[in-house]
Amino acid sequence: MANAQPTERQETAAPAIELVGISKAFGPVQANKDITLSVARGSIHGIVGENGAGKSTLMSILYGFYKADAGEIFIGGQKTLIPDSSAAIAAGIGMVHQHFKLVENFTVLENVILGMEDGPLLRPSLAKARKLLQRLADEYELGVDPDALIENLSVGHQQRVEILKALYRKADILILDEPTGVLTPAEADHLFRILQGLKEQGKTIILITHKLREIMEITDTVSVMRRGEMTATVKTAETSPEQLAELMVGRKVLLHIDKKPATPGADILEIKNLEVTDEKGVKRVKGISLEVRAGEILGIAGVSGNGQTELLEVLGGYMPASGTIRINGTEIDLTGKHSDGQSRRARGIAHVPEDRQSEGLIMEFSAWENMIFGYHNDPAYNKNALMMDNAAIRKETAAKMERFDVRPPIPALQAKNFSGGNQQKIVLAREIERNPELLLVGQPTRGVDIGAIEFIHQRIVELRDEGKAILLVSVELEEILSLSDRILVMFDGHIMGERDPAKTDEKELGMLMAGMETNGGAN
Amino acid sequence: MDKMPKWADIVLIPLISLMLAFAASGLVVLAIGENPIQAITVMVKGALGSTSGLGYTLYYATNYMFTGLAVAVAFHARMFNIGGEGQAAIAGVGATLVILAFDWPHWALALPFAIMGAALFGGFWAAVPAYLQAKRGSHIVITTIMFNFIAAAVMGFLLNGVLKNPNTQNAETVKFPDGAHLPTAHEFLAPLGINFSKSAPLNISFLLALLCAFLVWFLLWRTRLGYSIRAFGQSEKGAKYAGISAFKIIMISMFISGALAGMLSINVVMGEQERLIKEFVEGAGFVGIAVALMGRNHPVGIILAAILFGMLTQGGFELLWEMPNISKEVVLVIQGMIILFTGALDYMVRGPVEKLFLRMKKGA
Repeated sequence: MANAQPTERQETAAPAIELVGISKAFGPVQANKDITLSVARGSIHGIVGENGAGKSTLMSILYGFYKADAGEIFIGGQKTLIPDSSAAIAAGIGMVHQHFKLVENFTVLENVILGMEDGPLLRPSLAKARKLLQRLADEYELGVDPDALIENLSVGHQQRVEILKALYRKADILILDEPTGVLTPAEADHLFRILQGLKEQGKTIILITHKLREIMEITDTVSVMRRGEMTATVKTAETSPEQLAELMVGRKVLLHIDKKPATPGADILEIKNLEVTDEKGVKRVKGISLEVRAGEILGIAGVSGNGQTELLEVLGGYMPASGTIRINGTEIDLTGKHSDGQSRRARGIAHVPEDRQSEGLIMEFSAWENMIFGYHNDPAYNKNALMMDNAAIRKETAAKMERFDVRPPIPALQAKNFSGGNQQKIVLAREIERNPELLLVGQPTRGVDIGAIEFIHQRIVELRDEGKAILLVSVELEEILSLSDRILVMFDGHIMGERDPAKTDEKELGMLMAGMETNGGAN
Repeated sequence: MDKMPKWADIVLIPLISLMLAFAASGLVVLAIGENPIQAITVMVKGALGSTSGLGYTLYYATNYMFTGLAVAVAFHARMFNIGGEGQAAIAGVGATLVILAFDWPHWALALPFAIMGAALFGGFWAAVPAYLQAKRGSHIVITTIMFNFIAAAVMGFLLNGVLKNPNTQNAETVKFPDGAHLPTAHEFLAPLGINFSKSAPLNISFLLALLCAFLVWFLLWRTRLGYSIRAFGQSEKGAKYAGISAFKIIMISMFISGALAGMLSINVVMGEQERLIKEFVEGAGFVGIAVALMGRNHPVGIILAAILFGMLTQGGFELLWEMPNISKEVVLVIQGMIILFTGALDYMVRGPVEKLFLRMKKGA
């Protein structure tokens, strides 16, 4: 803490934060180029940009994780050096990370005081924190049971604990990194009310997000970053989502895809009374039934962790279950004894898994090795019983990379060296080009740039138009609404209901996702 | 981020590490009042200065190649097999049983069968911990190291019991039949007009080690099985998604690993001792871990690292002989330094060298 120069409480209109000429390079990569940014005191300032645009780097510099190569930081008009995060805290900056940094088996109170204990004995600190927490809870709708264990709290509550932690450390400036990624719409709305309340109390908030809707809804000012540069800062009231998207990508982007009405055919996938119990003995899927027809996209909405992941894993062949599943009328084995990912693929099921970094791809493998992952026993990729036909695989990979516009189109490059969007295109190219009967898609655009989202959505709709059945699982309601022909909402292992995307909206789906019945359900 | 050229990664960095290790060892030698330059000279000369020295160096290197490859194959499946010591010992029993079973007419006939015997026994000794890992979740590090002790006990039991040569006091088997004698370097180089030392234990198993290195490379980077092993090692979840059976990969990779460790017994038991003795592995199973680490789990790297470790072993013995003030422990310290600098402290050298290359590139 000693490193930071104390901020003087100035009553002048000096901006809360002013960054002047910040640059940062990682080797030859220029992550931030001469960035100048001014955030007004008591405002909510949004920062948007594609993955790799430099948002996180900039915030990491502000929070003392990285040292800028050049440039200066002014906090409240005062030039401040921030060599580490304790200096940032001393300067009144608090950060709520995308992935929470909480100790799971500690109570809320213990987490809040962690690292801020007054002395060797915990009791006085805990008592002090309890009082302060109570006050904060009353002021900002930040109610959390101080004695609850973190692991028993919902994600939304855990996030409140992160905010409380920052406020307990007397933060005046709060940075939130993709805060709504894990929240239901209702929880997100609550978060926004909290942020509004904080703003009214004079706190300054920086919101990093890729969701343009949130920017439009809550921010006062928005800055757009592209390729390490700050391309624009505009008043939110004077801009539109389309304009922001264009500024982010550098070209016009279709936010909504045009698709023809579906012409569904026969049932490809039929699920009856599916129940899934995980390794810990917890029931994850509690008796669901559904069908997906040829030529339609069935979207499954829901907050993550409500059974969708398990549903995909059962269909993908690597999670045992009970109930019946038929593909094209033939029942498949669910015990896991006579089936695995290989036998599912043989049945014409292709699977784009939710987690491409640990399931869909082997990050250390090259693109061509990844292009056959799961299909490596296919005779086309093998010279004989023993040897793989590496040359043929490389050639085919080059062609697929071109068709799916994977950049850079280098088959020998390791998967980890591609951007998120291009990694996802590799997985999609592999699965779609197998021409499957049924395509399972989990979170197709998680961590994917806007430009690539458009491309990925188009490919999925194209496959539908070829008469294939598609089961889409996504936590992004916008995606579910714009892609699906029918929508099912999952909550706590149950299906809450089916909705027609043309006759429903985010609000209704959000209520279903939170487990509340609605009287919609016209069909 | 840009990378430095490959030659710097494979040659330059190990070389710098080696120099640092020699410098640090030199200080140790200096501290006990001996001349470090002389010590190094003795070591290098002892390891490479004569065909006898070279013969010993490559004989040890053969052992380390086998155990290094064993560790590497298992490591590609993310199995940390530190039971090479026990697997090699039990494999020695397998090879011995095969060799003693017949009166072999010619070594060329005996060798493939002895290899099979050693591979089966060594593979089996690794397969038991593998099964426990795959089915019961017992940690492979714990079980393989425990199996080293069990193997030592089994060896003692057999060599004092059913396998014991009744005509000696020692815990050893009878001498192998002449028909199972493997050609030594002296014997197979003589027709080529090369006069190799008669006393050196280097034998045809060295070529077997090189063949194994090639086969391991072929397995890992040219076959479906190798692809599956590497995929499983990189991401267990990914392997599940792709339909690669964890049980199969763990069992097969550990069996291959144990079989490779078992090849050590061909070199030592069949090639050098020509009888089964109790503690013939002499720590080579553990050296294999360092060899694999230094060789980056790649067969080419393992061959080079094994030769370096062979030099260290042979040079170390020579040092003990030539400079009586340098004790066995000091030799161990020097060997330890080299392992420390080339293996564990790799990043200490790598970071600055990488930066230097980046700067040079920018300047250019």
